[in-house]
Amino acid sequence: MSDFVSEFWNLYVVVISLVSIIGCGIFLKFQSVHKGSTDTTGHVWDETLAEYNNPLPAWWKWMFYITIVFALAYLALYPGLGKFQGVLGWSSVGQYKDEVKKADATYGPIYDKYLKMDLKAVAADKEANEMGKRLFLTYCSQCHGSDARGSKGFPNLADADWQWGGDADTVKTTILEGRNGVMPPHAQLGDETIKDLANFVRSLSGLPHDAALAAKGKEAFGTVGCSGCHGPEATGTAALGAPNLTDKVWLYGSSEATITETIKNGRNNRMPAWKDFLGEGKVHILAAYVLSLSGAEKK
Amino acid sequence: MLTHEKIEKNAGWLIVLTVIVISFGGLLEIVPLFFQKSTTQAVEGVKPYDAVRLAGRDVYIREGCYNCHSQMVRPFRAETERYGHYSVAGEFVYDHPFQWGSKRTGPDLARVGERYSNEWHVAHLNNPRDVVPESNMPAYPFLAKTAAKNSVGADIEAKMRALRKVGVPYTDAEIAGAKAEIGDKTELDVLVAYLQGLGLALKNTK
Repeated sequence: MSDFVSEFWNLYVVVISLVSIIGCGIFLKFQSVHKGSTDTTGHVWDETLAEYNNPLPAWWKWMFYITIVFALAYLALYPGLGKFQGVLGWSSVGQYKDEVKKADATYGPIYDKYLKMDLKAVAADKEANEMGKRLFLTYCSQCHGSDARGSKGFPNLADADWQWGGDADTVKTTILEGRNGVMPPHAQLGDETIKDLANFVRSLSGLPHDAALAAKGKEAFGTVGCSGCHGPEATGTAALGAPNLTDKVWLYGSSEATITETIKNGRNNRMPAWKDFLGEGKVHILAAYVLSLSGAEKK
Repeated sequence: MLTHEKIEKNAGWLIVLTVIVISFGGLLEIVPLFFQKSTTQAVEGVKPYDAVRLAGRDVYIREGCYNCHSQMVRPFRAETERYGHYSVAGEFVYDHPFQWGSKRTGPDLARVGERYSNEWHVAHLNNPRDVVPESNMPAYPFLAKTAAKNSVGADIEAKMRALRKVGVPYTDAEIAGAKAEIGDKTELDVLVAYLQGLGLALKNTK
Protein backbone atom coordinates (compact mmCIF):
# COMPACT_ATOMS: atom_id res chain seq x y z
CA MET A 1 0.00 0.00 0.00
CA SER A 2 1.29 3.46 -0.73
CA ASP A 3 -0.95 6.10 0.78
CA PHE A 4 1.72 8.72 1.33
CA VAL A 5 0.92 11.82 3.33
CA SER A 6 2.14 13.97 0.45
CA GLU A 7 3.03 13.67 -3.20
CA PHE A 8 6.65 14.38 -2.31
CA TRP A 9 7.18 10.86 -0.99
CA ASN A 10 5.89 9.32 -4.17
CA LEU A 11 8.44 11.30 -6.19
CA TYR A 12 11.11 10.60 -3.57
CA VAL A 13 10.71 6.85 -4.00
CA VAL A 14 10.42 6.96 -7.79
CA VAL A 15 13.40 9.25 -8.32
CA ILE A 16 15.79 7.52 -5.89
CA SER A 17 14.84 4.06 -7.15
CA LEU A 18 15.31 4.85 -10.81
CA VAL A 19 18.39 7.03 -10.38
CA SER A 20 20.14 4.43 -8.22
CA ILE A 21 19.31 1.51 -10.52
CA ILE A 22 20.27 3.35 -13.69
CA GLY A 23 23.25 4.85 -11.87
CA CYS A 24 24.45 1.34 -11.06
CA GLY A 25 24.30 0.48 -14.75
CA ILE A 26 26.29 3.54 -15.81
CA PHE A 27 28.83 3.01 -13.07
CA LEU A 28 29.18 -0.62 -14.07
CA LYS A 29 29.77 0.26 -17.71
CA PHE A 30 32.31 2.87 -16.67
CA GLN A 31 34.13 0.33 -14.48
CA SER A 32 34.16 -2.47 -17.00
CA VAL A 33 36.41 -0.87 -19.61
CA HIS A 34 40.16 -1.07 -19.50
CA LYS A 35 41.50 2.31 -18.36
CA GLY A 36 44.93 3.72 -18.80
CA SER A 37 47.84 2.26 -20.63
CA THR A 38 49.54 0.39 -17.81
CA ASP A 39 49.03 -3.26 -16.86
CA THR A 40 49.04 -2.57 -13.13
CA THR A 41 47.31 0.05 -10.98
CA GLY A 42 50.62 1.36 -9.77
CA HIS A 43 50.08 0.26 -6.15
CA VAL A 44 53.09 -1.56 -4.86
CA TRP A 45 53.21 -3.28 -1.49
CA ASP A 46 56.00 -5.13 0.19
CA GLU A 47 58.46 -3.99 -2.44
CA THR A 48 57.21 -6.10 -5.36
CA LEU A 49 53.55 -6.86 -4.83
CA ALA A 50 51.49 -5.10 -7.51
CA GLU A 51 47.81 -5.09 -8.50
CA TYR A 52 46.59 -5.79 -12.05
CA ASN A 53 44.61 -3.04 -13.68
CA ASN A 54 42.01 -5.37 -15.28
CA PRO A 55 38.37 -4.54 -15.92
CA LEU A 56 35.63 -6.48 -14.04
CA PRO A 57 35.29 -10.13 -15.11
CA ALA A 58 32.70 -10.57 -17.86
CA TRP A 59 30.59 -13.23 -16.04
CA TRP A 60 30.31 -10.98 -12.99
CA LYS A 61 29.56 -7.91 -15.10
CA TRP A 62 26.77 -9.66 -16.98
CA MET A 63 25.27 -11.03 -13.79
CA PHE A 64 25.07 -7.46 -12.54
CA TYR A 65 23.43 -6.28 -15.78
CA ILE A 66 20.87 -9.06 -15.41
CA THR A 67 19.99 -7.91 -11.88
CA ILE A 68 19.47 -4.40 -13.23
CA VAL A 69 17.11 -5.66 -15.92
CA PHE A 70 15.34 -7.82 -13.30
CA ALA A 71 14.92 -4.82 -11.00
CA LEU A 72 13.39 -2.68 -13.73
CA ALA A 73 11.11 -5.50 -14.90
CA TYR A 74 10.01 -6.16 -11.31
CA LEU A 75 9.18 -2.51 -10.72
CA ALA A 76 7.19 -2.47 -13.96
CA LEU A 77 5.17 -5.55 -13.02
CA TYR A 78 4.73 -5.28 -9.24
CA PRO A 79 4.05 -2.43 -6.79
CA GLY A 80 7.22 -0.78 -5.54
CA LEU A 81 7.74 2.39 -7.49
CA GLY A 82 5.93 4.91 -5.31
CA LYS A 83 2.21 4.93 -6.03
CA PHE A 84 2.55 2.89 -9.20
CA GLN A 85 0.82 -0.44 -8.62
CA GLY A 86 2.53 -2.34 -11.42
CA VAL A 87 0.96 -3.52 -14.66
CA LEU A 88 -0.05 -6.88 -13.14
CA GLY A 89 -2.16 -5.12 -10.50
CA TRP A 90 -0.92 -7.58 -7.88
CA SER A 91 -1.31 -6.93 -4.16
CA SER A 92 -1.01 -9.21 -1.14
CA VAL A 93 -4.56 -8.36 -0.11
CA GLY A 94 -5.77 -9.11 -3.63
CA GLN A 95 -3.99 -12.46 -3.55
CA TYR A 96 -5.57 -13.21 -0.15
CA LYS A 97 -9.03 -12.29 -1.45
CA ASP A 98 -8.60 -14.55 -4.46
CA GLU A 99 -7.57 -17.39 -2.18
CA VAL A 100 -10.63 -16.90 0.02
CA LYS A 101 -12.93 -16.60 -2.98
CA LYS A 102 -11.63 -19.83 -4.42
CA ALA A 103 -12.00 -21.61 -1.09
CA ASP A 104 -15.53 -20.28 -0.63
CA ALA A 105 -16.49 -21.56 -4.05
CA THR A 106 -15.11 -24.99 -3.16
CA TYR A 107 -16.29 -25.38 0.43
CA GLY A 108 -19.30 -23.04 0.48
CA PRO A 109 -21.66 -25.56 -1.19
CA ILE A 110 -20.74 -28.21 1.41
CA TYR A 111 -21.67 -25.92 4.29
CA ASP A 112 -24.81 -24.82 2.44
CA LYS A 113 -25.85 -28.42 1.95
CA TYR A 114 -25.67 -29.13 5.68
CA LEU A 115 -27.18 -25.79 6.62
CA LYS A 116 -30.35 -26.84 4.81
CA MET A 117 -30.48 -30.11 6.73
CA ASP A 118 -31.99 -30.56 10.15
CA LEU A 119 -29.41 -30.55 12.97
CA LYS A 120 -30.29 -34.08 14.01
CA ALA A 121 -29.79 -35.32 10.48
CA VAL A 122 -26.42 -33.54 10.32
CA ALA A 123 -25.48 -35.07 13.68
CA ALA A 124 -26.05 -38.52 12.16
CA ASP A 125 -24.00 -37.70 9.05
CA LYS A 126 -20.54 -39.26 9.06
CA GLU A 127 -18.88 -36.70 6.80
CA ALA A 128 -20.35 -33.79 8.75
CA ASN A 129 -19.05 -35.31 11.96
CA GLU A 130 -15.55 -35.55 10.53
CA MET A 131 -15.76 -31.87 9.62
CA GLY A 132 -17.21 -31.06 13.01
CA LYS A 133 -14.39 -32.81 14.76
CA ARG A 134 -11.78 -30.77 12.93
CA LEU A 135 -13.63 -27.54 13.62
CA PHE A 136 -13.97 -28.55 17.26
CA LEU A 137 -10.25 -29.24 17.62
CA THR A 138 -9.41 -25.85 16.12
CA TYR A 139 -11.90 -23.61 17.89
CA CYS A 140 -13.34 -25.40 20.93
CA SER A 141 -10.75 -27.78 22.35
CA GLN A 142 -8.82 -25.06 24.20
CA CYS A 143 -11.62 -24.86 26.78
CA HIS A 144 -13.67 -28.02 26.31
CA GLY A 145 -10.68 -30.29 25.73
CA SER A 146 -9.75 -32.26 22.64
CA ASP A 147 -11.92 -35.11 23.92
CA ALA A 148 -14.76 -32.62 24.65
CA ARG A 149 -14.76 -33.72 28.28
CA GLY A 150 -14.04 -30.24 29.56
CA SER A 151 -12.17 -29.37 32.73
CA LYS A 152 -12.80 -27.47 35.93
CA GLY A 153 -15.12 -24.63 35.02
CA PHE A 154 -15.49 -25.73 31.40
CA PRO A 155 -18.41 -28.06 30.71
CA ASN A 156 -18.05 -31.64 29.61
CA LEU A 157 -19.82 -31.85 26.26
CA ALA A 158 -19.56 -35.61 25.98
CA ASP A 159 -22.00 -36.37 28.79
CA ALA A 160 -25.77 -36.07 28.64
CA ASP A 161 -25.92 -33.10 31.00
CA TRP A 162 -26.59 -29.61 29.72
CA GLN A 163 -26.18 -26.40 31.60
CA TRP A 164 -28.09 -24.28 29.10
CA GLY A 165 -30.36 -26.90 27.58
CA GLY A 166 -29.55 -29.73 25.24
CA ASP A 167 -32.10 -29.56 22.46
CA ALA A 168 -30.59 -29.04 19.04
CA ASP A 169 -31.55 -25.40 18.55
CA THR A 170 -30.42 -24.39 22.03
CA VAL A 171 -27.01 -25.93 21.51
CA LYS A 172 -26.70 -24.04 18.25
CA THR A 173 -27.79 -20.79 19.92
CA THR A 174 -25.20 -21.32 22.65
CA ILE A 175 -22.45 -21.51 20.06
CA LEU A 176 -23.80 -18.67 17.93
CA GLU A 177 -24.50 -16.16 20.68
CA GLY A 178 -22.26 -17.34 23.50
CA ARG A 179 -23.31 -17.60 27.14
CA ASN A 180 -22.55 -15.70 30.31
CA GLY A 181 -22.69 -17.94 33.33
CA VAL A 182 -22.97 -15.97 36.56
CA MET A 183 -23.30 -17.43 40.02
CA PRO A 184 -23.37 -14.41 42.33
CA PRO A 185 -21.22 -14.43 45.47
CA HIS A 186 -23.03 -15.13 48.75
CA ALA A 187 -20.39 -14.31 51.34
CA GLN A 188 -22.98 -12.15 53.11
CA LEU A 189 -24.78 -15.33 54.26
CA GLY A 190 -22.04 -16.04 56.75
CA ASP A 191 -19.77 -19.06 57.00
CA GLU A 192 -22.26 -21.09 59.03
CA THR A 193 -25.12 -20.90 56.54
CA ILE A 194 -22.72 -21.52 53.67
CA LYS A 195 -21.52 -24.69 55.39
CA ASP A 196 -25.15 -25.80 55.83
CA LEU A 197 -25.85 -25.13 52.16
CA ALA A 198 -22.73 -26.98 51.05
CA ASN A 199 -23.80 -30.02 53.05
CA PHE A 200 -27.30 -29.81 51.62
CA VAL A 201 -25.97 -29.61 48.08
CA ARG A 202 -23.79 -32.65 48.70
CA SER A 203 -26.76 -34.53 50.13
CA LEU A 204 -28.68 -33.88 46.89
CA SER A 205 -26.11 -35.86 44.94
CA GLY A 206 -25.87 -38.62 47.51
CA LEU A 207 -22.39 -37.59 48.64
CA PRO A 208 -21.25 -37.99 52.28
CA HIS A 209 -22.60 -35.10 54.35
CA ASP A 210 -23.63 -34.02 57.80
CA ALA A 211 -27.39 -34.70 57.96
CA ALA A 212 -28.10 -32.08 60.61
CA LEU A 213 -26.32 -29.36 58.68
CA ALA A 214 -27.94 -30.51 55.44
CA ALA A 215 -31.40 -30.20 57.01
CA LYS A 216 -30.61 -26.61 58.01
CA GLY A 217 -29.16 -26.05 54.55
CA LYS A 218 -32.35 -27.32 52.92
CA GLU A 219 -34.29 -24.68 54.77
CA ALA A 220 -31.84 -21.96 53.87
CA PHE A 221 -31.87 -23.05 50.21
CA GLY A 222 -35.46 -21.92 49.87
CA THR A 223 -35.13 -18.72 51.90
CA VAL A 224 -31.83 -17.11 50.96
CA GLY A 225 -32.43 -17.13 47.22
CA CYS A 226 -30.78 -20.29 45.86
CA SER A 227 -34.09 -21.61 44.59
CA GLY A 228 -34.54 -18.46 42.51
CA CYS A 229 -32.09 -19.78 39.93
CA HIS A 230 -31.59 -23.44 40.80
CA GLY A 231 -35.34 -24.04 41.26
CA PRO A 232 -37.27 -25.17 44.35
CA GLU A 233 -36.22 -28.77 43.73
CA ALA A 234 -32.62 -27.72 42.92
CA THR A 235 -32.97 -29.26 39.48
CA GLY A 236 -31.61 -26.14 37.77
CA THR A 237 -32.97 -23.68 35.23
CA ALA A 238 -31.55 -24.08 31.76
CA ALA A 239 -32.68 -20.62 30.65
CA LEU A 240 -30.39 -19.06 33.29
CA GLY A 241 -27.61 -21.57 32.94
CA ALA A 242 -28.21 -22.55 36.57
CA PRO A 243 -27.03 -26.15 36.92
CA ASN A 244 -29.04 -29.05 38.22
CA LEU A 245 -27.63 -29.71 41.71
CA THR A 246 -29.27 -33.09 42.15
CA ASP A 247 -27.24 -34.94 39.53
CA LYS A 248 -23.68 -36.19 39.76
CA VAL A 249 -22.24 -33.71 37.27
CA TRP A 250 -19.98 -31.04 38.77
CA LEU A 251 -18.61 -28.10 36.84
CA TYR A 252 -16.26 -26.85 39.54
CA GLY A 253 -15.94 -29.87 41.79
CA SER A 254 -17.96 -31.56 44.49
CA SER A 255 -15.76 -31.35 47.57
CA GLU A 256 -17.20 -29.39 50.46
CA ALA A 257 -14.34 -26.91 50.17
CA THR A 258 -15.03 -26.28 46.49
CA ILE A 259 -18.78 -25.96 46.99
CA THR A 260 -18.15 -23.56 49.86
CA GLU A 261 -15.89 -21.50 47.63
CA THR A 262 -18.52 -21.50 44.88
CA ILE A 263 -21.25 -20.27 47.20
CA LYS A 264 -19.04 -17.76 48.97
CA ASN A 265 -17.24 -16.16 46.03
CA GLY A 266 -19.61 -17.00 43.22
CA ARG A 267 -18.59 -18.23 39.80
CA ASN A 268 -18.29 -16.47 36.51
CA ASN A 269 -17.57 -17.88 33.15
CA ARG A 270 -18.23 -17.00 29.61
CA MET A 271 -18.72 -18.95 26.43
CA PRO A 272 -17.74 -16.60 23.59
CA ALA A 273 -20.12 -15.93 20.69
CA TRP A 274 -18.99 -17.48 17.41
CA LYS A 275 -21.62 -16.15 15.02
CA ASP A 276 -19.53 -13.42 13.44
CA PHE A 277 -16.24 -15.25 13.58
CA LEU A 278 -17.25 -18.66 12.22
CA GLY A 279 -20.48 -17.91 10.41
CA GLU A 280 -23.61 -20.01 10.63
CA GLY A 281 -22.45 -22.74 8.27
CA LYS A 282 -19.61 -23.85 10.52
CA VAL A 283 -21.61 -23.36 13.71
CA HIS A 284 -24.33 -25.61 12.31
CA ILE A 285 -21.83 -28.41 11.79
CA LEU A 286 -20.22 -27.81 15.19
CA ALA A 287 -23.59 -27.92 16.94
CA ALA A 288 -24.37 -31.19 15.20
CA TYR A 289 -20.99 -32.59 16.20
CA VAL A 290 -21.51 -31.61 19.85
CA LEU A 291 -24.96 -33.22 19.77
CA SER A 292 -23.52 -36.40 18.31
CA LEU A 293 -20.97 -36.52 21.16
CA SER A 294 -23.34 -36.11 24.02
CA GLY A 295 -25.59 -39.05 23.46
CA ALA A 296 -28.38 -36.82 24.71
CA GLU A 297 -30.30 -37.40 21.53
CA LYS A 298 -30.42 -41.13 22.19
CA LYS A 299 -32.42 -40.69 25.35
CA MET B 1 39.03 14.09 -8.57
CA LEU B 2 38.21 11.31 -6.15
CA THR B 3 40.01 8.37 -7.66
CA HIS B 4 39.80 4.72 -6.78
CA GLU B 5 43.29 4.91 -5.37
CA LYS B 6 42.45 7.82 -3.09
CA ILE B 7 39.40 6.07 -1.62
CA GLU B 8 41.28 2.86 -1.09
CA LYS B 9 44.08 4.59 0.75
CA ASN B 10 41.92 6.82 2.94
CA ALA B 11 39.84 4.99 5.55
CA GLY B 12 37.77 8.09 6.33
CA TRP B 13 36.58 8.49 2.74
CA LEU B 14 36.02 4.76 2.47
CA ILE B 15 33.73 4.77 5.52
CA VAL B 16 31.76 7.85 4.45
CA LEU B 17 31.18 6.62 0.90
CA THR B 18 30.31 3.09 2.04
CA VAL B 19 27.71 4.44 4.45
CA ILE B 20 26.21 6.56 1.67
CA VAL B 21 25.96 3.58 -0.67
CA ILE B 22 24.39 1.19 1.84
CA SER B 23 21.97 3.83 3.16
CA PHE B 24 20.04 3.80 -0.13
CA GLY B 25 18.20 0.63 0.81
CA GLY B 26 17.03 2.15 4.08
CA LEU B 27 16.16 5.47 2.47
CA LEU B 28 13.77 3.65 0.16
CA GLU B 29 12.54 0.79 2.32
CA ILE B 30 12.30 2.39 5.76
CA VAL B 31 12.05 6.17 5.56
CA PRO B 32 8.84 6.37 3.43
CA LEU B 33 7.02 4.16 5.99
CA PHE B 34 7.08 7.11 8.39
CA PHE B 35 5.08 9.10 5.86
CA GLN B 36 2.32 6.63 4.99
CA LYS B 37 -1.16 6.86 6.41
CA SER B 38 -1.55 3.09 6.68
CA THR B 39 1.55 2.73 8.84
CA THR B 40 1.24 5.82 11.01
CA GLN B 41 -2.49 6.22 11.67
CA ALA B 42 -4.42 3.93 14.01
CA VAL B 43 -7.23 1.93 12.45
CA GLU B 44 -10.66 2.70 13.83
CA GLY B 45 -11.10 1.26 17.30
CA VAL B 46 -7.39 1.03 18.15
CA LYS B 47 -6.65 3.06 21.27
CA PRO B 48 -3.49 3.54 23.31
CA TYR B 49 -3.06 0.91 26.04
CA ASP B 50 -4.53 2.09 29.32
CA ALA B 51 -2.27 1.87 32.38
CA VAL B 52 -3.45 -1.63 33.31
CA ARG B 53 -2.92 -3.09 29.85
CA LEU B 54 0.38 -1.30 29.49
CA ALA B 55 1.56 -2.93 32.73
CA GLY B 56 0.27 -6.27 31.43
CA ARG B 57 2.18 -5.74 28.23
CA ASP B 58 5.35 -5.33 30.29
CA VAL B 59 4.65 -8.66 31.99
CA TYR B 60 4.24 -10.17 28.52
CA ILE B 61 7.60 -8.77 27.46
CA ARG B 62 9.35 -9.61 30.74
CA GLU B 63 8.23 -13.25 30.65
CA GLY B 64 9.35 -13.53 27.04
CA CYS B 65 5.94 -14.55 25.69
CA TYR B 66 7.12 -13.30 22.29
CA ASN B 67 9.63 -16.14 22.20
CA CYS B 68 6.81 -18.59 21.50
CA HIS B 69 3.86 -16.43 20.47
CA SER B 70 3.68 -14.14 17.47
CA GLN B 71 1.22 -11.27 17.20
CA MET B 72 0.87 -11.09 13.47
CA VAL B 73 -1.84 -12.81 11.47
CA ARG B 74 -0.55 -13.06 7.92
CA PRO B 75 -2.87 -12.58 4.94
CA PHE B 76 -3.35 -16.27 4.16
CA ARG B 77 -6.65 -18.07 4.41
CA ALA B 78 -5.18 -20.79 6.62
CA GLU B 79 -4.30 -18.09 9.15
CA THR B 80 -7.44 -16.00 8.96
CA GLU B 81 -9.62 -19.10 9.32
CA ARG B 82 -7.92 -19.90 12.58
CA TYR B 83 -7.17 -16.50 14.06
CA GLY B 84 -9.38 -13.95 12.34
CA HIS B 85 -8.72 -10.94 10.12
CA TYR B 86 -5.09 -10.52 9.03
CA SER B 87 -3.08 -7.94 10.94
CA VAL B 88 -2.71 -4.45 9.49
CA ALA B 89 -0.01 -1.89 10.24
CA GLY B 90 -2.45 0.62 11.72
CA GLU B 91 -3.18 -1.75 14.61
CA PHE B 92 0.34 -1.40 15.96
CA VAL B 93 0.90 2.37 15.93
CA TYR B 94 0.83 2.52 19.76
CA ASP B 95 3.10 -0.51 20.20
CA HIS B 96 6.61 0.52 21.17
CA PRO B 97 8.08 -1.90 20.39
CA PHE B 98 5.61 -4.11 18.54
CA GLN B 99 5.37 -7.76 19.59
CA TRP B 100 5.02 -9.31 16.13
CA GLY B 101 7.53 -12.02 16.93
CA SER B 102 8.70 -14.61 14.47
CA LYS B 103 8.27 -17.90 16.29
CA ARG B 104 5.11 -19.87 16.84
CA THR B 105 5.71 -22.61 19.35
CA GLY B 106 2.34 -21.50 20.67
CA PRO B 107 -0.48 -19.99 18.65
CA ASP B 108 -0.55 -16.43 17.33
CA LEU B 109 -2.02 -14.02 19.87
CA ALA B 110 -2.76 -11.00 17.69
CA ARG B 111 -6.52 -11.64 18.00
CA VAL B 112 -6.71 -13.53 21.26
CA GLY B 113 -8.73 -10.71 22.86
CA GLU B 114 -12.10 -11.96 24.12
CA ARG B 115 -11.61 -15.30 22.44
CA TYR B 116 -11.48 -17.01 25.85
CA SER B 117 -13.02 -15.97 29.14
CA ASN B 118 -10.99 -14.25 31.85
CA GLU B 119 -11.40 -17.39 33.95
CA TRP B 120 -9.86 -19.45 31.17
CA HIS B 121 -6.80 -17.19 31.06
CA VAL B 122 -6.42 -17.34 34.84
CA ALA B 123 -6.61 -21.14 34.85
CA HIS B 124 -4.41 -21.42 31.78
CA LEU B 125 -1.63 -19.11 32.97
CA ASN B 126 -1.65 -20.74 36.38
CA ASN B 127 -1.15 -24.14 34.80
CA PRO B 128 -1.83 -24.60 31.07
CA ARG B 129 -2.32 -28.37 31.51
CA ASP B 130 -5.41 -27.74 33.64
CA VAL B 131 -7.34 -26.68 30.55
CA VAL B 132 -5.23 -27.95 27.66
CA PRO B 133 -3.69 -31.30 28.67
CA GLU B 134 -1.56 -31.41 25.50
CA SER B 135 0.01 -28.00 26.12
CA ASN B 136 3.75 -27.57 26.50
CA MET B 137 3.52 -23.98 27.69
CA PRO B 138 5.26 -23.23 30.99
CA ALA B 139 3.10 -22.47 34.02
CA TYR B 140 3.14 -18.97 35.50
CA PRO B 141 1.62 -19.46 38.96
CA PHE B 142 3.79 -16.74 40.48
CA LEU B 143 2.06 -13.99 38.50
CA ALA B 144 -0.95 -14.18 40.80
CA LYS B 145 1.28 -13.67 43.83
CA THR B 146 2.92 -10.40 42.83
CA ALA B 147 1.18 -7.05 42.96
CA ALA B 148 1.68 -5.20 39.68
CA LYS B 149 2.30 -1.92 41.51
CA ASN B 150 5.51 -3.37 42.95
CA SER B 151 6.93 -4.53 39.65
CA VAL B 152 5.69 -3.58 36.18
CA GLY B 153 3.51 -0.81 37.59
CA ALA B 154 6.14 0.77 39.79
CA ASP B 155 7.25 3.32 37.21
CA ILE B 156 4.14 3.35 35.07
CA GLU B 157 3.91 7.16 34.91
CA ALA B 158 7.46 7.41 33.60
CA LYS B 159 6.71 4.74 30.99
CA MET B 160 3.63 6.59 29.83
CA ARG B 161 5.51 9.85 29.60
CA ALA B 162 8.23 8.14 27.57
CA LEU B 163 5.60 6.67 25.24
CA ARG B 164 4.02 10.10 24.89
CA LYS B 165 7.36 11.38 23.59
CA VAL B 166 7.24 8.83 20.79
CA GLY B 167 3.71 9.75 19.82
CA VAL B 168 1.23 7.86 22.01
CA PRO B 169 -1.42 10.46 22.91
CA TYR B 170 -1.68 10.00 26.68
CA THR B 171 -3.26 12.91 28.53
CA ASP B 172 -1.87 14.33 31.78
CA ALA B 173 -4.96 13.02 33.57
CA GLU B 174 -4.38 9.50 32.29
CA ILE B 175 -0.78 9.56 33.45
CA ALA B 176 -1.71 11.00 36.83
CA GLY B 177 -4.36 8.32 37.32
CA ALA B 178 -2.21 5.41 36.15
CA LYS B 179 -1.12 4.22 39.60
CA ALA B 180 -4.67 4.35 40.92
CA GLU B 181 -5.92 2.39 37.91
CA ILE B 182 -3.47 -0.42 38.58
CA GLY B 183 -4.32 -0.35 42.28
CA ASP B 184 -3.87 -3.73 43.91
CA LYS B 185 -4.17 -5.77 40.72
CA THR B 186 -1.75 -8.66 40.44
CA GLU B 187 0.57 -9.27 37.54
CA LEU B 188 -1.85 -11.98 36.45
CA ASP B 189 -4.76 -9.52 36.39
CA VAL B 190 -2.91 -6.97 34.30
CA LEU B 191 -1.58 -9.61 31.89
CA VAL B 192 -5.08 -11.01 31.35
CA ALA B 193 -6.36 -7.46 30.77
CA TYR B 194 -3.65 -6.97 28.15
CA LEU B 195 -4.42 -10.27 26.41
CA GLN B 196 -8.17 -9.62 26.43
CA GLY B 197 -7.61 -6.35 24.58
CA LEU B 198 -5.51 -7.77 21.76
CA GLY B 199 -6.81 -7.39 18.24
CA LEU B 200 -10.36 -6.35 19.07
CA ALA B 201 -10.50 -3.64 16.41
CA LEU B 202 -10.85 -6.16 13.59
CA LYS B 203 -12.00 -9.14 15.62
CA ASN B 204 -15.18 -10.02 13.81
CA THR B 205 -14.33 -8.41 10.51
CA LYS B 206 -13.98 -10.79 7.61
